[in-house]
Order: sequence, then C-alpha cells, then structure tokens
Amino acid sequence: MENVNLKINGLNVTAPAGSTILEAAQAAGIRIPTLCYLKEINEIGACRMCVVEVKGARNLAAACVHPVSEGMEVQTNTKRLLDSRRRTLELLLSNHDKKCLSCVRSGQCELQELCQELGVTDEDYFAGETPHYELDESAVHMVRDNNKCILCRRCSAVCEKVQSVGVIGPNNRGFATFIGSPFDMGLGDTSCVSCGQCISACPTGALYEKSSIDEVLEAIADETKHVVVQPAPSVRAALGEEFGCTMGTDVEGKMAAALRRIGFDKVFDTDFSADLTIMEEAHEFLDRVKNGGVLPMMTSCSPGWIKYCEHYYPDQLEHLSSCKSPQQMFGAITKTYYAEKMGIAPEDIVCVSVMPCTAKKFEIRRDDQYAAGVPDVDISITTRELARLIRKVGIDFRSLPNEGFDDPLGESSGAGVIFGATGGVMEAALRTAVEELTGETLQKVDFTEVRGTEGIKEAVYHVAGMDVKVAVASGLSNAKVIMDKVRSGEADYHFIEIMCCPGGCVNGGGQPQVHADARNFTDVKAIRAKALYDNDAAKTIRKSHENPSIKRVYNEYLGAPGSEKAHHILHTTYVKRTIN
Amino acid sequence: MAAKKGTVPFSGTKEQEEALMKAIGELKSEKGALMPILQKAQDIYGYLPYEVQKMISDQTGIPMEKIYGVATFYSQFTLNPKGRYRISVCLGTACYVKGSGDIYNALIEKLGIEGGGCTPDGKFSLDACRCVGACGLAPVMMINDEVYGRLTVDDIDGILAKYE
Repeated sequence: MENVNLKINGLNVTAPAGSTILEAAQAAGIRIPTLCYLKEINEIGACRMCVVEVKGARNLAAACVHPVSEGMEVQTNTKRLLDSRRRTLELLLSNHDKKCLSCVRSGQCELQELCQELGVTDEDYFAGETPHYELDESAVHMVRDNNKCILCRRCSAVCEKVQSVGVIGPNNRGFATFIGSPFDMGLGDTSCVSCGQCISACPTGALYEKSSIDEVLEAIADETKHVVVQPAPSVRAALGEEFGCTMGTDVEGKMAAALRRIGFDKVFDTDFSADLTIMEEAHEFLDRVKNGGVLPMMTSCSPGWIKYCEHYYPDQLEHLSSCKSPQQMFGAITKTYYAEKMGIAPEDIVCVSVMPCTAKKFEIRRDDQYAAGVPDVDISITTRELARLIRKVGIDFRSLPNEGFDDPLGESSGAGVIFGATGGVMEAALRTAVEELTGETLQKVDFTEVRGTEGIKEAVYHVAGMDVKVAVASGLSNAKVIMDKVRSGEADYHFIEIMCCPGGCVNGGGQPQVHADARNFTDVKAIRAKALYDNDAAKTIRKSHENPSIKRVYNEYLGAPGSEKAHHILHTTYVKRTIN
Repeated sequence: MAAKKGTVPFSGTKEQEEALMKAIGELKSEKGALMPILQKAQDIYGYLPYEVQKMISDQTGIPMEKIYGVATFYSQFTLNPKGRYRISVCLGTACYVKGSGDIYNALIEKLGIEGGGCTPDGKFSLDACRCVGACGLAPVMMINDEVYGRLTVDDIDGILAKYE
C-alpha cells in the first residue's frame, strides 16, 4: 500500500494512504481521546472529542474520520484543542444526569474519565433544560437510562451493523433526540435478541444489565436453600480484567475460590455441562446424518442466536439442534440427577449461573426449561455482576489462592472449556463425533481450521468415507449471511456453529466492558480466546466423552446419549416470533 | 415506556396497499430509497402509521427503527392522520404574546390529544403553525379554511361545538 509522510506534534510519521489521523497517531504512539468512535462500527466524527489542528485548515478536524495526506502537519494537544475538548464535555454535561456516586458505571465510565483528564471543574457550567426520560425496563435482561445517554450512537451502530438487528436508534430531532425503539415501544416489545452488545459498546452508564446480585445474596442467606453455582467457560478468561489483571489472564482457580468465599454451597462448572451438551449434540448430529434428518444442523448454545433465529428465520427452526444450552443442561441435571443423588428436593435447590451473556437472563425464563418441574436455572448473573459481587462482599480477588471445582458436576474436559470461543463448540463436537463415526482414537484433537476470530469459517473433514462440511459463524451479521444461504438452499453444510456475539462468548455482552481506546486497537476476542485454548491444551482429558463425571451421569442416570430420559431432561423446543 | 402507536385505528384500503407496493418495487433497489419511499407512502396514506412503516420494513428489509428514526427526524413526515377538521393555532410572535399558547394548551386538554395528533374518531387534528398573516386579529387559529381571531380560552367550547 502507498504511504504518505506527515508530521504529528512535530514528529515525522509515515502512514498508509487512506488511513485517518487517529490511526496514524495511534501507530506513532500518540493518543488522541475519542468518545463516539468505534473502529469500523461507528465512524461518524460527531462528538468532537478527537479534534486536532491541521495546518492550513479553517476549522478543527475530527481525527477519527479525517484522512492523512502528504506533507500534512497535525497538532493533537495544543491549549486550543484541550480547551475545545473540555468545552465539548461541559456541553455534554449540561443535560447529563450526573449522579455518578450511584452510577453502575462509575470508575469505568469513559465520559467521567475524560472529564477528569481534561479538567472539567464545573459540571454545571452550561446548566440548562434537562429533559427527564423514564427508564426503559421492559426487557428482561437490561435497562436503558436515557438520562445518562450522550447520543454517541455506539449502541445503535453495533445493533444494526454488527448484529443486523437494529431495534434501537435515534428518534426525533435536535434537543428532543433520544435513543429508542420504533414507535417508542419498550425494548422488550421489539425483536431485540438480548445479546447485550449495546451495553458493551456504551461509554457511560446509560445501558446496563438488570442486576440479580441481591437475589443471589438472599438465596445464600436462606438456610433452607442449597445454592449451587456454575460459571461459564468464558468467565474465567475475562473476570480478571475487572481486578486489574492483563487481558487474557485465565483466572479459573481464583474464580472458584471467590465463589466459595461468597458462600455458595457447591462450586460447580458449566464446562461440565458443555461436555454433556457435546454428548447430546454429537449424538443428535450423527442421528440426523444416518437417518435422513434435517441438515444442516445448527448449534443451540447461544440464546441470543436462538432468539434471532426465532424472530428473523422462523421458517428455519427445524435446523436448530434440540439440545438445551450448557447453562440449561447444567440446571436440569442439577435438579434431577444431583438432587436425587444428594436427597435434596429440586425446589430447595437454587441454581445460579455466571455468564458472559445477558441473553442468558432471557433464556432462564423460556418455556420448556423445567426438567424437574421447577426452573432449571433460577438466577443468571453476568461476569460484570460477579465482579461487583466479589467487591461487594469484600474479597481481595488478586490475593486469592487457586482452588478447584466441587464434585460431581465440576469436572470437565478441554472440549468443554473451548465452548467460549467461536469454533469451539464445533471443535468439541468433532472430537467426539469423529471418534464415534470411525470407531478409532483421534491422533490429533486440534481442529485448527475452525479456530480464529474471522466472522465466517468453513472446513471439510473426510470422516469414515464421507465429506463432512462444516461452517462456523459469529456475530449475527455473519449468521445472516449463512442463514440466507440455508434458506435459499444454496448452502450444503452438514453442521453449522453459530454464536450471537462476534468472536463467541469471550466477547459476550455480559463480559467486562473494554474501554474504546483498547477495543479499537486490540483484538479483544483473540486475546481472551487464547486463554481458553491454553486451558484446553494443558488438560489431560480433552474429549467430552472421556470425562469420567460425564460417563458416570450416563451410567448412573441417563442411560445413553439421546435416550428418552436424556431427551426429557436435556432437550427443548423453539417458537416462531415476529420482527419489530 | 408507552408505545406511541396512533390514536386513530388504521383503515388502509387494498388500493392504497397496491400503490405502496408498486412504489416500493420501483424504488427499493436504489441507494437511499427510504426517503422517496416514505414520501410516496405519505402521499398515498396521508400519514405514516405503524402499519405502513411495517409494510415498508417487510418489503425493503430496513429495520423498523431506522424507518421510524427518519420519519420522526424530518418535519415533513407525520405519524398521525389529519382530522376532518384541521385546527391550526398560530404560535407566531404576535399571537404568542397575545396568549395563543394558552389557546393551544386548552385545545390539547379539551381534545385529549398531543400537538400533531388526531382524535380517535378522526374528527379533529391539532397543529401549531407560524403566522397566518392576520396579526391584527391575534391570537388566531384556523379550522380548515375558517379563521378565528381575538380568541380567549372561553371561546373554544363554542367554536368546537359548531363542527358536528
């Protein structure tokens, strides 16, 4: 690519032609603050936080959208610019609900941080009319507080461009503008899939999950309840970020220790039920292949993806695996097998899940998720909520020892761990399905073709005389590409893995929010996924069907994968929904 | 949050729907088709209720929120039909200082609709306008082509009663 030479703050900088001033500065180690900018998602130059001086230009230029050119001379931190940025912040604060002390985002708010950095000393400098918006609490998983919204449009850009959903956006005009849904309906009445990617994108406290921390503490305080917890694979790959660990640190041991100190009666692991999911899903897949069932079969672990399919492809539901998600399988097996084994009534067990996901809050309330006549999972909290809970009970996370999970639902294989990365479920399923089809032990368990953070991956595997064609997609705009091909009959895949969030659960809407400065210039998905693949590689048991605890569940209770009992407890149904 | 669906039941005809489908078919492959489609739709129906925006969304694949966002951004689009009797209250400078804001608010209260809205029976719609060129009669309102001047709030009931 052709390069251009320019000067930034007097330094000679070379940058590819067509790149922006922001990108050129970043590459040269010069930080320019941003607020509305999300790389490749929201490049609208609207907030004026990234303004720079370009020699010869009449006005200040927005570095996030202004392209570099040969001989350009740029200043990024003159007094004029610092004053302009501070003035912009003061204007944003003029109608902002400044209750920072009780704000869920305080301490991690990009607006608050910029006000500190740029020295805003009077948040009421431009005090004027402040509209009051009702909170939108209509969705089961989240709240929108427009009083804290700065109209950066990061949320609506993600919803429309990354997820192809587009149920939120700016309504009205000028001072009356607010982020809302069509005809001002509540988010819960739209075809929102509950993915929470809008929350991940929000720079302030305007978007946040509905908190269930107090419900968890109440359950633990109730002596009549046996409270078990299951953290999802991806939680261990990101929780540490909330406590100052480097991104990509696997904190599995400290997480287990923290959960035990919070007071859960048993600290189990969703990785176990990920293995269980593979047993059922691989069996279902082989059954469809052998008996002429509907193909391609699609994974059903991701509740955001399931809801998307129900809203946008209601005519394609028969492609979805009937397997419950690992979260739900965990709850179902806890309240049946584990309850019987321990002699505890299912209604006296409270099953808490910790998920990288906000759609899991929707999933626990779905119909047909009541294996023992009570909800499979009672409370689902996000990784962020777990971090708040750990802080609330006063645990010093960083100094905790590494501990393990409890038996009998805490043991897992490497296959269960990689569920959190895009391609992980496919790889885990292949490890089991290929051995089942060939009757031979796999020489190499790494299916690297389906790894990596690309939105769509395809591979063909030659197994027992047949070509198995697989596809893996993450992010709903990529799912849409695949689904349009399935609907038109153009796709001849056998097995498709789809994850709602780009990169899979490691980048889920319930994970710690990543500051835009980091998000724009690092591959968060790949860094967190590496923690899971390293965890897998370090395990001695790497195939779900070799997990001794899984074998025991089938021997003692379920019989075989796909048995009538397994179907009753571990499988579910879907409903057709409409678009709004 | 209360959804802002119309106060007047939708009563689109088969002919209107066919005209809309034809317009969408002609326009939808063009870049930036949404504005001309919305303009056409408003020509056909007179306004852009939920049902019309939903048809446009289903046919074009453009999310409902995107359409609603555009429809509420531009003042040329309206979400409510006009009534048989269209009331416009002048909020121009002369009328405003003579108290037309009170007239306008009284109408909002009496008709039970917001500015820009229409009563559920389709009888009255209410809008604010800027100067009808009768400043000497301030405060002024118009109902269809009839001008009422030197108004007080007490005059309103009597005037509305004339329209049956």
